[in-house]
Amino acid sequence: MTHAFVELDRVKLRYQEGEGLALEQTDMKIANGEFIAVVGPSGCGKSSLLKLVSGLLPATEGTVIVDGREVSGPLKICGMAFQNPTLLPWRSTLANVLLPLEIVQPHRSRMRTQRKTFEEMATRMLTGVGLGGYEKKFPWELSGGMQQRASLCRALIHEPDLLLLDEPFGALDAFTREELWDTLQKLWMERPFTVILVTHDLREAVYLADTIYVMSTRPGRILVRYENPLPRPRTQEMTFREDFGDMVHGLKSHIRTVRAA
Amino acid sequence: MNGKSKLYTVYSPWIASIGLFVVWELSVRLFDIPEYVLPTPSASFAAIWQFRDAIWMHAVQTMLTTLGGFAIAVVFGVVMGAAVGSSQIVYSAANPILIGFNSVPKIAVVPVLVMWFGIGTVPAVLTAFLISFFPIVANVATGLATLEPELRDVLRSLGASRMDVLVKVGFPRSLPYFFTSLKVAVTLAFVGSVMSETVASNVGMGYLMMSASSKFNIPLVFAGLLVIAAMGIAMYGIFSVVEQRSTRWAVRGARSA
Ligand SMILES: Nc1ncnc2c1ncn2[C@@H]1O[C@H](COP(=O)(O)OP(=O)(O)O)[C@@H](O)[C@H]1O
Ligand SMILES: [Mg+2]
Repeated sequence: MTHAFVELDRVKLRYQEGEGLALEQTDMKIANGEFIAVVGPSGCGKSSLLKLVSGLLPATEGTVIVDGREVSGPLKICGMAFQNPTLLPWRSTLANVLLPLEIVQPHRSRMRTQRKTFEEMATRMLTGVGLGGYEKKFPWELSGGMQQRASLCRALIHEPDLLLLDEPFGALDAFTREELWDTLQKLWMERPFTVILVTHDLREAVYLADTIYVMSTRPGRILVRYENPLPRPRTQEMTFREDFGDMVHGLKSHIRTVRAA
Repeated sequence: MNGKSKLYTVYSPWIASIGLFVVWELSVRLFDIPEYVLPTPSASFAAIWQFRDAIWMHAVQTMLTTLGGFAIAVVFGVVMGAAVGSSQIVYSAANPILIGFNSVPKIAVVPVLVMWFGIGTVPAVLTAFLISFFPIVANVATGLATLEPELRDVLRSLGASRMDVLVKVGFPRSLPYFFTSLKVAVTLAFVGSVMSETVASNVGMGYLMMSASSKFNIPLVFAGLLVIAAMGIAMYGIFSVVEQRSTRWAVRGARSA
């Protein structure tokens, strides 16, 4: 790896003085445009890790470097999506997707004059994820999977260099979830950006990521780093292949030993 | 909702009100209750018709007084609610004062207002304001203070300022709370203005009923009560419609039920 886009150097995190560590000695190097997944048992600090990278939380020890600069406050170059789509119910789907452009510069000052252009851009993006024709609908008129698609569009509309996903498909049924894997992969292959995907679904990690990190139970630590050799684009057929199954099983047995320890 | 039950929902308030009047009328006649204790509704409605010019004049006065106090309450309530709801410091500083103030019976404040402003319209407007602003403050503050942590993270990671969060999320979110509070506040404002007119004015529905009762014109007193109730219902109805129109997303559950 030549140049890391996101680098965690001996990072530790403690929420409260006198409490145990939430993250212990975490080192990561993520290349520009790399898609990584973080898997690990619940409560091991995966969400905390994302907060550190996005600058929403300061590291207790160590340094977090993104795009060559040490992170000291909320980054403005990242998009985020969570298990809960958090769309605003009083805004149409289109207006929800436009929200970041109303806040982030330089789009913000262009909003008034270029609203039409931005709306076309958002419409194109919504169409790309299969939500063409739903621009005027309100979030509560969409299914859970459709809301999550819109939420992905909102996270990416301002073309962030870094996308942080915290179990974004965790609440969806299996069919919808796997459809959304393809949606996400498509978005990422169209315009590569760096992705950190937190998930507890091992198949999801193997389907989507270039590199998979397995974390230990609290205090969280990176135990293994898997490089995923499967070629792109990954397809639903691949999930039935032996090498896919082997990777999932390999991860699973690793996690089992983590939990037993 | 099927057609039949929709029909019931539309007519049931009328049926209930007319039923109340019928029971009232029959009870008074059946038990031979003297008019100076409880006049029949028919006598009260007759009094409305008989004294319609005076009632009209006093009702307009009360309406304007109420709306004046209510308007001040809306402006003050929104500003105060925004301050309390968006800052933890303002919240903890203002909360005990607001609760203490709200606990004081406003009838006790009227003499103070009369001392400062003399009797008449001003104390009535101010009483209407004082009695009606609290629910607005409380509701606006509640709407602003509830922000999901994930949404807060999304906004912060976009570099949103406090003002951005307030304008893009806080205010829209608190709108349904705000409109709900308006319905309550406007009926409270009537209570305030009529109360003040009763003890410290020579105009308005409160004054009209007070002077009618001193002349033992009890049907006119009840006529006044009915008119005030009707004005309250009308204002409540208007703000209900405004509420439903402007916050469709928040009443979606009720729509489809
Ligand atoms: N705001 C907080 N204050 C104190 N402890 C926290 C806070 N957030 C998370 N924790 C603790 O830190 C640990 C890691 O949490 P989290 O990052 O949410 O785990 P995960 O996302 O892997 O389930 C947990 O033990 C949790 O209880
Ligand atoms: Mg989590």
